[in-house]
Amino acid sequence: MIDQSTICAISTATGHGAIAIIRLSGEKALTICDQIFQSKTNKLLSEQKANTVHFGNLMDGEEIVDEVLLTVFKAPYSYTGENSAEIACHGAPYIQQRILQVLLKAGARMANPGEYTQRAFLNGKMDLSQAEAVADLIASSSASAHKVALQQMRGGFSNEIANLRGRLLHFISMIELELDFGEEDVEFADRTQLQALVNEIENIINKLVNSFELGNAIKNGVPVAIVGNTNVGKSTLLNALLKEDKAIVSDIEGTTRDVIEDTINLGGVTFRFIDTAGIRTTLDKIENMGIERTFQKMRQAQIVMLLIDANRPVDMLNESIAKVNETIDRDQQKLIVCLNKIDLCKDTEALSKQLIGLNEEDKLMFISAKEQIHTDELATELLKVVNMDTLNEQDVIVTNARHFEALNSALGSIQRVNDGLVNMIPTDFLAQDIRECLHFLGEITGNISTDEVLGNIFKNFCIGK
Amino acid sequence: MLAEYDVIVVGAGHAGCEAATAAANLGSSVLLITMDMNKIAQMSCNPAIGGIAKGQIVREIDALGGYTGIVTDRSSIQFRMLNRSKGPAMWSPRAQCDRMVFSAEWRRVVENTDHLDMWQDAVVGLLFENEKVVGVKTKLGIDIKSKSVVLTNGTFLNGLMHVGRKQEMGGRSSEPASLGISEQLKSIGFEVGRMKTGTPARLDARSIDFSVMKRQDGEEDFHQFSYLTNHVDKELIQRPCYITYTNPEVHSELELGFEESPMYDGTIQSTGPRYCPSIESKLTTFAEKKEHLLFLEPEGETTHEYYINGFSSSLAWDIQLNGLRKVPGLENVKMYRPGYAIEYDYFAPTQLFHTLETKLIENLFFAGQINGTTGYEEAGAQGMMAGINASLKVQNRDPFTLKRDEAYIGVLIDDLVTKGVDEPYRMFTSRAEYRILLRQDDADVRLTPRAFELGLASQERMDLLTEKIEFRNKLIDFCKEFGVKPKYINAVLEDLGTSPLKQGMKFYDVILRPQVHIIDFIDTILPLRELLESIPNRRDEIVEAAEVLIKYSGYIEREKLIADKLIRLERIVITDRFDYTSLQSLSTEARQKLDKIKPETIGQASRIPGVSPSDINVLLVLMGR
Repeated sequence: MIDQSTICAISTATGHGAIAIIRLSGEKALTICDQIFQSKTNKLLSEQKANTVHFGNLMDGEEIVDEVLLTVFKAPYSYTGENSAEIACHGAPYIQQRILQVLLKAGARMANPGEYTQRAFLNGKMDLSQAEAVADLIASSSASAHKVALQQMRGGFSNEIANLRGRLLHFISMIELELDFGEEDVEFADRTQLQALVNEIENIINKLVNSFELGNAIKNGVPVAIVGNTNVGKSTLLNALLKEDKAIVSDIEGTTRDVIEDTINLGGVTFRFIDTAGIRTTLDKIENMGIERTFQKMRQAQIVMLLIDANRPVDMLNESIAKVNETIDRDQQKLIVCLNKIDLCKDTEALSKQLIGLNEEDKLMFISAKEQIHTDELATELLKVVNMDTLNEQDVIVTNARHFEALNSALGSIQRVNDGLVNMIPTDFLAQDIRECLHFLGEITGNISTDEVLGNIFKNFCIGK
Repeated sequence: MLAEYDVIVVGAGHAGCEAATAAANLGSSVLLITMDMNKIAQMSCNPAIGGIAKGQIVREIDALGGYTGIVTDRSSIQFRMLNRSKGPAMWSPRAQCDRMVFSAEWRRVVENTDHLDMWQDAVVGLLFENEKVVGVKTKLGIDIKSKSVVLTNGTFLNGLMHVGRKQEMGGRSSEPASLGISEQLKSIGFEVGRMKTGTPARLDARSIDFSVMKRQDGEEDFHQFSYLTNHVDKELIQRPCYITYTNPEVHSELELGFEESPMYDGTIQSTGPRYCPSIESKLTTFAEKKEHLLFLEPEGETTHEYYINGFSSSLAWDIQLNGLRKVPGLENVKMYRPGYAIEYDYFAPTQLFHTLETKLIENLFFAGQINGTTGYEEAGAQGMMAGINASLKVQNRDPFTLKRDEAYIGVLIDDLVTKGVDEPYRMFTSRAEYRILLRQDDADVRLTPRAFELGLASQERMDLLTEKIEFRNKLIDFCKEFGVKPKYINAVLEDLGTSPLKQGMKFYDVILRPQVHIIDFIDTILPLRELLESIPNRRDEIVEAAEVLIKYSGYIEREKLIADKLIRLERIVITDRFDYTSLQSLSTEARQKLDKIKPETIGQASRIPGVSPSDINVLLVLMGR
């Protein structure tokens, strides 16, 4: 049964702020407020109209905790679909905690993570994929992620899949018609048209599957592996890119213990800089293990940034380039070679001529992280690689791993349909693969019923003895 | 007749006969009541059993120990395995039957079943005690007591037949309708609806010019309906069917009668089957089509009577005749009787449990057209399941149901009780999610062990199955292990029109080629010959079953994976778990539907029309999943 209890939680970020908002939702949200809120005009909150704001004191018994603004929402016109109140108080953590305690004493309980959205879902305020999108929206750390999450919440992704399903449904209807009424007087499906349709559908699913990489990059950041030794100036470079130290968004521990990731935002795009050990040859066992991990990380990155000290002997520079060449796949990955500390280097022109092993599409840059020489250009270059400017409101981008998996399976099925058409396999096997494809698409939009197919058959075709 | 029975079956059609024999074979004392003992298991419409999806159902009935398959084999005047060019999921046995022999053979089965009595009378009402059924009341004024009742009334409940403007009460051409039962059930709260079906004219072969039509003969191979061997004790003369077409002239003749048609003047309001439309609805719905296929089926071994499939009609009799006479080959045709439409009462099958027992009245079971279905095969299957469960209930044993990935019968009953019907329900292969798992070649593998455990399938059936599985597996193992060399088998491969081998490989991989069959190598591979010759019974059938498993293993395995994945939802039992009316999170429609159907599992709930995936998610979330 639906939990009818009234829940509360601090809805603004933790820490000091000018103000904080505490949210309260549930059947008794407003009557609880009556107990703890004393309006300046002595009115009872539960008797107030929906969507009104009230000024007053928040009381702990006789004691005034804070002066607050309280907004009243009434079921079903609230985020959760229940009676709700939002208490805007002063931002000190102490005050926030006190108010929570008061609310708990008055009969509310702490909300579980995601419980507001769960209630919104249970009360029919949004569907599951919208709820998923809300989670993404809250977590979005860049303009693009925000754009994609918003688009998904409005149903853009489901629409594209629903459209595909509609066309497949027509397709399967024709096939099933042949199967179930093959002995009767029916028109048979035109194989050339079917082939064309399958090709088109395969292309669309393919596009969606491929968009996951972009979608994932938008959501989680574009992975950039920085290859360079510890003292080559990596953190200086990151800070230079951001132009202020405190802008580093987060320090997440990587999947391997000694790989550190820094997520920073440049021009609306999130980049995930993966700091790796260097790649010089060594006989040291432990260091060799570190180097192997560097190669792993390099293979996973979309951009590999080789950061080397321009003042080292040119042979060492070329050795590093050769090592990188062995590892990266230029069809999938972009290589940027950054020669750092050029403020100490005399002749960059001559140096660039001595470098060997670089391909034409590789980017060679001379920078000084410390003096911020050419760091803006580097930022522009990074953005150019991802080219997210082209992302517009209409683009459907897959960001959800569950959706990606379903689409990938759907792609497998539709490819088998295509092969089947080419090899002229019996129609029922075509049908099985198409049904599988519908099944996987259904994992995203909702399931298909066999009635749908039959309904379509009866509507569109003359059959029957 | 005794004073009291365990099970009374009302109606001796395809459902009633299977119900009565199944219940009796499970050890219950059974009374089968019919209005006319000369009309047992009538083929009221076309004289054929099986066909796509329906043929699979008959194989399942047989695998469970029912009789439709045996009776069909005994009365068959033409057998074909339809869809041989498609995959094995589509192979569907169909037989044209001698209608009179079919009925006589069924009567012989019924008369020779122990614990089974017959009574010729009409049931006019049911006897109730404490919301349980306790017997029936007959037209002769007798109250017969029983622990349970199975109703299989077919089209007889308030049956009303139409030929043009002419209307007549009746359950079938020249037979009276059954009155009283519907009204009584309605008065205690059953939801009654009205359906329509129709049948075409019957023609005199002596007035037909078959020479201008396309002849279609049957096949003469090992295939048959029953898994039993040696049960066919009478081989009938085999007869062909014929194919011809309507044309615009036929259509204009028929259109002259539209004004007089009960379908058009609104006399008939009830729903007919979309997949089996009358000729007049074909003409209006698909006006652009210049011709429609007609299929002439012989009604028996010796009779001149022909059934004209595709010409079902309720137009006035003379309009039907004038139309028919414009059909090539039918210029001088004489009719034995015109086609007619019939309207009858049915009870929304959502009022039933999966056992076919009604939710409202304990020990009362419904089977066949009374549940809104159509077709002898669908009726027989339900009759069998109702008979089994009525008997089990009386004996205080666990109910017997089949799942959707187990049998077409499982699909049929789950569809009925979960989705209900809005037109007469017929089985199609597309209704089954797991078509490749429900093949005609292995209904015995799927079902006979379960029926044997129940006590319904005989030891003979079980022994034949064990033998089949043993040799089937031996044969598959042989193919996997035996290596073939190019020089020995290339000649055969070239004869079959497939490319020769360049190097040796396992025989199994050769069999994967579409053109290649195991039997093609019987003279080339000596150990294969020895193995095949060691199979004592049903050699061809066993080879076919092995070959299906070899050739289509990829598809079968993939389908099994999906079925196993989805079975998860079937295992989440939600009986009595929710008060749906209080769940504001559900859509209004979902609330009403769930409250009405009261699904047993999440899987069943997800198949109810009007219950969306989002509603299912709500239920799952509420269950804390």
